[in-house]
Amino acid sequence: MTANPPLRVLIVDDEAPARNRVRDLLADCALQMPLEIAGEAENGRSALAMLPECGADVVLLDIRMPEMDGLEVAQHLQKLDEPPAVIFTTAYDAYALKAFEVHAVDYLLKPIRLGRLFEALSHVRTVTPLRLDVLRELKREARTHLSVNERGRIHLIPVAAIAFLKAELKYVTVRTAEREFLIEESLAKLEQEFLGRFVRVHRNCLVAKEAIESFERATGDDGEGHWVVVMKNIAEKFPVSRRQQHIVREFGKIL
Amino acid sequence: MSINQNANTGALPDFRNLGILLRIVVIVGGMSLAAALLRSGESRSLMEELIDLSALVQPILLASVLALAAANSWLHRLRYPYAIGALLAIELAVTSVVYLFGLGAFRGMGVLVNYWLLTLFVTGVLIGYFDLRGRALSPALSEARLQALQARIRPHFLFNSINAVLSLIRQDPRRAEQVLEDLSDLFRVLMADNRQLGPLAGEIELAKQYLSIEQLRLGARLQVEWDIAAAPSDALIPPLVLQPLLENAVYHGIEPRSEPGVISIRIHRDRDEVHIQLCNPYRQEGERHGGNRMALANIRERLALHFDAEASIRTTETAGSYRVHIVIPYRKARVQ
Repeated sequence: MTANPPLRVLIVDDEAPARNRVRDLLADCALQMPLEIAGEAENGRSALAMLPECGADVVLLDIRMPEMDGLEVAQHLQKLDEPPAVIFTTAYDAYALKAFEVHAVDYLLKPIRLGRLFEALSHVRTVTPLRLDVLRELKREARTHLSVNERGRIHLIPVAAIAFLKAELKYVTVRTAEREFLIEESLAKLEQEFLGRFVRVHRNCLVAKEAIESFERATGDDGEGHWVVVMKNIAEKFPVSRRQQHIVREFGKIL
Repeated sequence: MSINQNANTGALPDFRNLGILLRIVVIVGGMSLAAALLRSGESRSLMEELIDLSALVQPILLASVLALAAANSWLHRLRYPYAIGALLAIELAVTSVVYLFGLGAFRGMGVLVNYWLLTLFVTGVLIGYFDLRGRALSPALSEARLQALQARIRPHFLFNSINAVLSLIRQDPRRAEQVLEDLSDLFRVLMADNRQLGPLAGEIELAKQYLSIEQLRLGARLQVEWDIAAAPSDALIPPLVLQPLLENAVYHGIEPRSEPGVISIRIHRDRDEVHIQLCNPYRQEGERHGGNRMALANIRERLALHFDAEASIRTTETAGSYRVHIVIPYRKARVQ
């Protein structure tokens, strides 16, 4: 056996006492295995901002956190070139625990036992990485952000800032007021996940209801009239497909 | 003041409770109306019959209600069968007194025995009604107690708190001791038989202990404003009304936010009423509501069991905040 470099652990929990407790336990583990604390974060967003610079090999990730929960953080983590291993921590979450067992996802129950933590950390290098589809299945609520990998870092796109989503070949273009991004997801699944926020105007296009300014009549190449969506703050206009004409009528009554 | 009166063995209702009095008046009124309907015809209109009957029934009803309210605590000390006997005796005596000293309306309208029979019949119907109602409500009571045990404290809170205590043991053992003491006080109340009303001061103390545990976990994110200078600490309220509402406020109002939030509690007395008002920040988006409704339904039910129509609980959601307003009748704790 070759000597491993120390395992670097990132602690993510919104409650300070819980982070203190994990830090104490990691200090105990460090007596028996090479271990370093890569950092501490009190929410998902700052945890994602610390990677990959902090060089964490493993993230101890609390599930119930404000704004972005641990299950969502884990999904965004997978966008990294070399995502760290994830060990979820939770005080009580009947649904998630059952699913973790089914998919052999690593988790620790709070209060965390030293023995369990040690065991989880010693296996972490050999454990099979988390699968994105499993994580998607675990998280029942819609995500608060979409994410892309930009030059090795995770860039978060708040769902509330998205004006439209447009399917193009194997990618989906995500457009905010400022920029556009490409993500590798299916438009149909996105539509399902964010039901209520977006409306499908065309086979390949979802538009945020809040971003719709109005509808206009336009004349197509074939000389036939059809409706187009006019967006707030964005010059681009989208034709409304024949099948989706009803949304024009509904728009007057708030979609 | 207990609500054991609703236990299965049968017991008399609280004749000093406005809700009970209202029910008595409404039922007797309904029976009068039915009788008047039957007797009215071509010669006399429904209104005339009703007025005649009321002239007869209302004085007896009024006198009975006053007599029963006066005899209320004495009646409740008797065992149920004796209490029924005493109640009927009081009713007959009241009828006799009203008959003898009553209005001219009684003269020439039948003999005293008929009035006795009428009184006994109406009283019997009412006793039967309140007995049935008590039986109907008592399973709800045990259900409410069960819920008090199961749904009161979220498991999430228990495990997170223990975790927080564990984190303190190495760094601040004294604080850890204090948190464990608070925690055990909280659970002592949770596991007690919570059917008796308790003084408001105790409930406030419990709420403060609960919040201090949450404070440990949430730090500056949890800010609490108490406005209880005008709270009547001797008022009697059902146990575990305040704490579950605060737990909701923390769970739905504080935990989902990164930025600090304020929970405000205002308790004051306004003449015969105690007002409890809670306010917490609240954001609608994608939050779970199930536990919230269960706790509210539980509290509403227990308030109804204790105070009938005299207590109320209202919730309002305004932009960014959630408010609960409870009104209960002011009853003083007996000085031991």
